[in-house]
Amino acid sequence: MMYLADVGALARKDLRLELRARDTLPAMLLFVLSTLVVFHFVLPGDSSELAAKGLLWVAIVFTALLGLSRAFAAEREQGVIDGLVLAPSDRSAIWLGKALSVLAFLALAEVVALPAFALFFGGIGGPMIAGIVLADIGIASVGTLLAAMAAASRARELLLPLLFLPLAIPIIVGGVGASVTSDPARYLGFLGLYDALFAIICWASFEYVVTE
Amino acid sequence: MGRRRRSCTGYGPLVLRDYSGMVIRARGVEKRYGDKRVLRGVGFDLARDGFLLVTGPNGSGKTTLLRLCAGLAIPTAGELDVTPERGRIGYLAHESLVYRELTALENLDLYGRLYRVAERRERIGMLLERFGLWDARHERADSYSRGMLQRLALCRALLHDPELLVLDEPYSGLDEEGALLLDRELDERRPSSAFVVATHDPARIELFATSKLALA
Amino acid sequence: MSTWLRNNRLAALAALAFALITASIALVFFYAPVDSDGLNQKIFYFHVGIALTAYACFAWGGWKALRVLWKGEESADLESYVAIHQGVIFGALTLVTGSIWARYRWGHWWEWHEDQLVLFLVLFLFYAAYFMLRFSVPAGPRRANLSAVYALFGVALVPVSILAIRLSERFIHPVAFDRHGPNMAGSQFFTFCVSLAAMLTLAATLYHVELAGKRIDVRLRELREALR
Repeated sequence: MMYLADVGALARKDLRLELRARDTLPAMLLFVLSTLVVFHFVLPGDSSELAAKGLLWVAIVFTALLGLSRAFAAEREQGVIDGLVLAPSDRSAIWLGKALSVLAFLALAEVVALPAFALFFGGIGGPMIAGIVLADIGIASVGTLLAAMAAASRARELLLPLLFLPLAIPIIVGGVGASVTSDPARYLGFLGLYDALFAIICWASFEYVVTE
Repeated sequence: MGRRRRSCTGYGPLVLRDYSGMVIRARGVEKRYGDKRVLRGVGFDLARDGFLLVTGPNGSGKTTLLRLCAGLAIPTAGELDVTPERGRIGYLAHESLVYRELTALENLDLYGRLYRVAERRERIGMLLERFGLWDARHERADSYSRGMLQRLALCRALLHDPELLVLDEPYSGLDEEGALLLDRELDERRPSSAFVVATHDPARIELFATSKLALA
Repeated sequence: MSTWLRNNRLAALAALAFALITASIALVFFYAPVDSDGLNQKIFYFHVGIALTAYACFAWGGWKALRVLWKGEESADLESYVAIHQGVIFGALTLVTGSIWARYRWGHWWEWHEDQLVLFLVLFLFYAAYFMLRFSVPAGPRRANLSAVYALFGVALVPVSILAIRLSERFIHPVAFDRHGPNMAGSQFFTFCVSLAAMLTLAATLYHVELAGKRIDVRLRELREALR
């Protein structure tokens, strides 16, 4: 399947770029840890454990935004995006390859953040982790497409959070629901629905985001 | 009906060609970005082995026209038919279109995969050698000089042996050695590819051109 | 009569909107029965109509966005933009009327467990970002494409947000809330329908007025460019 080969080549390229540049992932790690420390000072003494769990989702979304704002940085320099768009491969492969690498970075940041969270604020259950996995997929899909949109605009750093946050609200609802309620299956199902719906929309419409 | 051309070095034979099928047909092409009209009423034909030289001062729309020919933009008005499909067009821009943190080899390997280049490694090796970059192949593009970067960009544009080459100021940044390498490359490819070349300095490639377009 | 109608479609539409609005105001205040909620309930006839009209505008904007991408009609880009603009205006009005209603019903200007209000808040944020997107991309086919894709995301967001808001209530406000949608008696339903028709016609009129104005703007700029 040439399509999957393209996606693989593109995703590998992104991972290799990050390995060389080593700027995005360390920034994300440091950011998420700093945010967790800030949470300690933000939560009043009698806050429930649930409040902290809710706040974790804020940390995840904003850490993701940090990573996403860098997603197309390498392509913007040197006009590389034109080179990729001109290739005969399907343009949606660009989206999928990039989204997979964003997902990888987000997952790596969480591998550090979640144990830290457990250390500072208390336990993390299975449903919460499942929620995080599903949420990451949604964030990576939608975020990558929006990052490409923002990259085409003049006000890119400003624009990405504005475009992303309204679409992230359902993800947050699903994630927090899975983390704090006694009925996480419903929320996990909702996250799955969101992921499926928006991944398909992103896959189908990416072509139009990068071409005239 | 045929047309006579001589190779620029004067060594090639006189060749008679016929034109059967245009690679590009443009009629009344206009390009507007919002209020600003960048191109106005551009028309030309480019044959399969034609060489169109596009000249004009800065801001006259040369880059825009080349982007239209490469397929990166669509005209606001008029007709532009570019026959070769995406994978058969090679484009050289002002920017190098390569990743700075990747090596020359990695960059070309990526493009080679995306363009489904047959015998990818051999072709990459051959091109790097032709343009004198073989020794620097494992170095990252951000360590390259301007001239080397331009040569790498040329390798990228030629990698998949395109039918149509759209080159925006191909000589910019090249030293004399690089310019001679490019001369040789253009000369060898002229019979088999169509060219649209924008340049500030037409004197060098005037002899290659089968037609000229001066943008105001 | 019919030739006059054909030549002055916009004026006729405006006249119809005016007539319907007058009629609905009259009906709301003089015909519809006073509910247990009192006078406050009357704002509901407008609030729901305005909300549905906002949805209709966003849907029309989404349809035109689809035409931009699918058929490549660039004229549809302007129509999509104007429709969404109207949608945001009516959306803001929904928030205002809903807020007034909440103030008189519950004593505060905002109620998180009013699903409709929360949904409109999310949509308002989403479509406000639409305008930010449009203003930071230079005009051309690229802007048309980006706007269209974003508008279609909006269409998908509506059902997903409705579901999300409903789901969120289980952990935000575990208290039970009462439904406010009245089961309408015949006279109430009729009044509601007239109000809805009035709002839709008003939106249609404003849409066509703004569209005509924007088209003239575009044409003027083209002519100015051509003369240069």
